[in-house]
Amino acid sequence: MTDTRYDSAPGEASDLPDAEEDAPSGMLVYSIGLVLAVGLTAMSFWVANTSLLWVGGISLGLTVLAIAQMGIHLVFFLHVTTGPDNTNNVMALAFGVLIVALVVVGSLVIMADLNDNMMPGAELMNLQMQR
Amino acid sequence: MNLLGKLDWSAIPFNQPIIMGASGGVVVVIVAILAWVTLKGYVPYLWREWITSVDHKRIGVMYIILALIMLLRGFSDAIMMRAQQAVAAGGSQGYLPPEHFDQIFSAHGTIMIFFMAMPFVIGMMNFVVPLQLGVRDMAFPTLNSVALGLTASGILLTNISLAVGEFSKAGWVAYPPLSELQYSPGVGVDYYLWSLQISGVGTLMTGINFVATILKTRAPGMSYMRMPVFCWTSLAANLLIVAAFPVLTATLTMLLLDRYLGFHFFTTDGGGNAMMYVNLFWIWGHPEVYILVLPAFGIFSEVVSTFSGKPLFGYRSMVLATMAICVLSFVVWLHHFFTMGAGANVNGFFGVMTMIIAVPTGVKVFNWLFTMYGGRIRFTVPILWSIGFMVTFVIGGMTGVLMAVPPADFQLHNSLFLIAHFHNVIIGGTVFGLMAGYNYWFPKAFGFMLDERWGRISFWCWLIGFYLAFMPLYALGLMGMTRRMQHYDVASWQPWLIAAALGVVVILAGIVSQIIQLVVSIRDREKLKVTADPWNGRTLEWATASPPPPWNFAVLPQVTGIDALWQKKRRGRTQAEPLKEREFEPIEVPKNSATGFIIAFFAVIAGFAMIWHIWWMAGVGAIGVFLTMLAFAFRDEEEIEIPAERIARFEQANPAEIAV
Amino acid sequence: MTMSVAVDDGVGYEAQSLASEAGPATRRVVVGYGFWIFLLSDIVMFSAFFAAYAVLAHATAGGPSGMQLFNQRSVAIETGCLLASSYTCGLMSMAIGSRRYGATYLAALVTFVLGAAFLALELKEFAGMIAIGAGPQRSAFLSSFFTLVGCHGLHVTAGLVWLVVMMAQVSIKGLTATVERRLLCFSLFWHALDIVWVWLFTVVYLMGVLS
Repeated sequence: MTDTRYDSAPGEASDLPDAEEDAPSGMLVYSIGLVLAVGLTAMSFWVANTSLLWVGGISLGLTVLAIAQMGIHLVFFLHVTTGPDNTNNVMALAFGVLIVALVVVGSLVIMADLNDNMMPGAELMNLQMQR
Repeated sequence: MNLLGKLDWSAIPFNQPIIMGASGGVVVVIVAILAWVTLKGYVPYLWREWITSVDHKRIGVMYIILALIMLLRGFSDAIMMRAQQAVAAGGSQGYLPPEHFDQIFSAHGTIMIFFMAMPFVIGMMNFVVPLQLGVRDMAFPTLNSVALGLTASGILLTNISLAVGEFSKAGWVAYPPLSELQYSPGVGVDYYLWSLQISGVGTLMTGINFVATILKTRAPGMSYMRMPVFCWTSLAANLLIVAAFPVLTATLTMLLLDRYLGFHFFTTDGGGNAMMYVNLFWIWGHPEVYILVLPAFGIFSEVVSTFSGKPLFGYRSMVLATMAICVLSFVVWLHHFFTMGAGANVNGFFGVMTMIIAVPTGVKVFNWLFTMYGGRIRFTVPILWSIGFMVTFVIGGMTGVLMAVPPADFQLHNSLFLIAHFHNVIIGGTVFGLMAGYNYWFPKAFGFMLDERWGRISFWCWLIGFYLAFMPLYALGLMGMTRRMQHYDVASWQPWLIAAALGVVVILAGIVSQIIQLVVSIRDREKLKVTADPWNGRTLEWATASPPPPWNFAVLPQVTGIDALWQKKRRGRTQAEPLKEREFEPIEVPKNSATGFIIAFFAVIAGFAMIWHIWWMAGVGAIGVFLTMLAFAFRDEEEIEIPAERIARFEQANPAEIAV
Repeated sequence: MTMSVAVDDGVGYEAQSLASEAGPATRRVVVGYGFWIFLLSDIVMFSAFFAAYAVLAHATAGGPSGMQLFNQRSVAIETGCLLASSYTCGLMSMAIGSRRYGATYLAALVTFVLGAAFLALELKEFAGMIAIGAGPQRSAFLSSFFTLVGCHGLHVTAGLVWLVVMMAQVSIKGLTATVERRLLCFSLFWHALDIVWVWLFTVVYLMGVLS
């Protein structure tokens, strides 16, 4: 099956035998991560402020950029890999992401649905919120 | 500026004879115990061997002692409520005024969930899981002790509210806007919030500790699919703790900010949304149900398989069902508030999910039944509890599926039908499971059996009492009686409530029998003495002495399959090697630490100060906690070495029956 | 030690080579993994605050909205500070790995200064908002804003205190195994805070100024 005997600690660069051969130096990994993260951040700020893009898609675009940047941080700063020594760490991470998604999306859907069902018509609604 | 915040003499309810009598009695008992312990000279022993101990077995036992004491406290609340409702019909107001009755049902729920069931479950896992995994301790022993300290702090704060001030009158869920400052200006809700916050941090630490222990420290050879089922269910329960308790912490923090700093999360003005609290509370609340019941499922699996003399039927399906419940329990929370006003599509989705989660639970029940089928069942006390559970829990599960249908729930919501349902699953599931585990592992913890006869008496009293106390509530719920009624006008309800009160008396007889069982067993401990494996067990905890030494295993066991000990027995390696030929190596065990106790001390100070708005004292408590952690971080020695001779001497005195 | 040698059949060499059967993991892996689990729970806590913010973002109760309050320039500088400090924290991990004490202190100092600068900017923003009557008591939107962003700020503060304590430990105890484990946990914590901040500036500040 696999030839790993031990797991890696989270955040630790992998020390698998096959990863050592042409592994880039740590400095290079962090620097690539920094460049990519800065690029994505700059793009996020640009997307939020530009008038070139379709307004309706901006929220979605920002979300995608944030997910991408999260991935960059995980891979380049936290050294999460798909290697067998990292399975436990990735599984825990996946569980956490699932729960976070359920909490946020679930709450938003439920609360929006409650508002739709329980609030009076739009005009009355505005009147109430502006109190 | 007032140095004592809101605290003054009026906080102590001198004019309430019931409260003063009860708290006076508690104070007298505590002082008497402390005096006895001091006079007998037990303090150094307790300090050295228990309070500062970081041994998972000792910590587990202390959790369970806390839980049993809180069972008595929560149960006396139950007796008072049942007595009140049995008499307060028609024009009668009963003997409890509304503001006192409200505190009692709030305290009953809070104590039973957070301070009885949780410590009991956690204590059981603490004692058993490292032994079953075949290792010497938890991943983080001192953290374990701190977690125990924080749980005890929460318990202490809740019980201080009995004598100083008041407890929450907003129910154990503390829904705003009722729990907001505007409608609950007293300190009751603050007692509730701070004791849950402090003990919640402790619970989270426990969860992290167990996940790391189970996933990273197992005996050599114990792959995931060789772990005992109790370890699997503990893993699932602790994953749920790690994922759900932070939501509770966040939610209660928001309520605290509303109450202390005038924020507007859940207020009726300023754009706040009280329904958000309900939503967030149950995101924690539903997984909590499974945090309580999954370990109980694990206990039943161990008990049923041991006393049927067969391997567990469908081990893989059991594991799958456990993990499926672990994930599914996060997508059903809305069924606690179908009536809050969501649309048919949302209600329908959560209703269907709720019915789906019953499927893995059903798988488990069938697995237990098939395990027993064809087995040679030994009818000991633990298996009695397990069979009682199977019948009772299935009834409770069925009524749960009834309420998973949103239209039906509109009728049953907040009625006594709901009360009957969740007591049916929590008592029938969690409490019965814990009682089974208590009887099953007691000889392992103390080296002697619990008295069988009194155990049976207590089981039958509990079982009969349970049905007598809660079946009438189903009927009352269908008749339209809602929960938390201090008195009622419908005379036809009264006979049912009197029957329920009688049921509580029968359960009381069960609890008294349990106390007698304990006393009798301690008296006859020489006669009831056991060796390592009194039940002909299957898992690794039965491979080491009873009670196990601080290092659990002189040599870590080598695991080759499921039911590690049973396999060794089957292969006929019944005789350990002659002791003279065995050589032992010194073992490092974690050093005792007072960190847990000191942090708990400062946490109580900080919590009490926050409740009464004594800001300087809260600062003292917080700084105390920080400095204690700092001192711990700078200590030099983390472990002490147990010399090989001491291990050899122990092994000589307690020869292993089966070599692992 | 005869007992620990596998004598039963069924334990082949292959089975032994699985990580899940190798017995208890090293202290470093156990501690790192435990802290990883803690971070996940911490992020779940943030998710509850995020959910509250998302639900209450439009409940301004007639008070100021995000569009009127947020200053993108200051947020961009804060983001830069935190990102750079994440990078220097990574450099610190490398210095620790190769036992270079001077580089460790230097990287820690830069990390601390950048973190403190982030915090100062955030506090300045908070103070400015409270000064114009847009404090957390004003509306549900502002309550959830201050709680969410403030919770992250508290984490950064805790991280700074932790970093100071760790540097004290490095100078007193040296880079012992224990100290090194704790520094590993610190770097996990610091990088995780940066990930939370990515979501914060996206959801709160950038989406908040969209019409």
